[in-house]
Amino acid sequence: MSFKLPQWFYQLASPRWFYNFTGKLLPWFSVAAFILLITGSIWGLVYAPADYQQGNSFRIIYVHVPASILAQSCYMLMALAGAIGLIWKIKMAHIVAQSCATFGASIAVVSLATGAIWGKPTWGAWWVWDARLTSMLVLLFLYMGVIALRGAFENTQSADKAAAVLSLVGLVNIPIIKYSVEWWNTLHQPATFTVTEKPAMPPEMWIPLLIMVLGFYCFFSVILMQRARLEVLQREMKTSWVQVLIKSL
Amino acid sequence: MGDFASFAEFLQMGKHGLYVWLSYGLALLIFIYNIGAVTLLKRAFFSKAKRQLRREENAL
Repeated sequence: MSFKLPQWFYQLASPRWFYNFTGKLLPWFSVAAFILLITGSIWGLVYAPADYQQGNSFRIIYVHVPASILAQSCYMLMALAGAIGLIWKIKMAHIVAQSCATFGASIAVVSLATGAIWGKPTWGAWWVWDARLTSMLVLLFLYMGVIALRGAFENTQSADKAAAVLSLVGLVNIPIIKYSVEWWNTLHQPATFTVTEKPAMPPEMWIPLLIMVLGFYCFFSVILMQRARLEVLQREMKTSWVQVLIKSL
Repeated sequence: MGDFASFAEFLQMGKHGLYVWLSYGLALLIFIYNIGAVTLLKRAFFSKAKRQLRREENAL
């Protein structure tokens, strides 16, 4: 099979090229994240209409849904990057995978906590051992497991490999989260956004949600790039370009 | 103001003020944590790396 990926994809595998390339992207993503998050929050908190059943607690959706989507995307990226690192032995892929873990864990906490806070006025309970909630909790534990496993190795290469394998094994949880609301009886409502159907809510409710989702993704990109750039410098300390860069600061 | 009659009502969020503000506050806190963590790590790395490079140069 012969297909060629675009050249920038191959170039990204070079730590130095990655460092310079993301240096150019960072300001744009930072500005985009800031604007999208501010716009989405104000729109969602002030201008979106209250839900006729849930009242204003419905506004929690504007942090809960983006955090939940992102917690899963971040995990998939971590596993994918780990797989690329394992198969093609690309150091840069492992650096990206490593940079996903802490952010993923933190955003999974946001998803679970805002879900619990939303659950109290809506279901009357902070927590229920429901399939959706439990599988999201497992996602958080997987993130923590990957972080802990990485910390257990002195050697970076062994840590990379072990973390990648665990991330890939944990990937089985992602479809479980997605279909949990269909496979089991659950309190949790089904997905707000699907690719094939129109959202079940009016545009003045889902447009700010879409803005927030994009804002969360941009924010994640910023943190991911910053963490990966730092890791590049740490791992490439022996190279002359890093040493020149450090001295120039 | 948007969906609310007054600023006081906006803060109250019907009877859900506590839940809504707790959620947004927590999300904000985690965002700040993520920015802060990487900033501190970066600062620590640069000062340590600079010192190390200087020491290596002096040793030569």
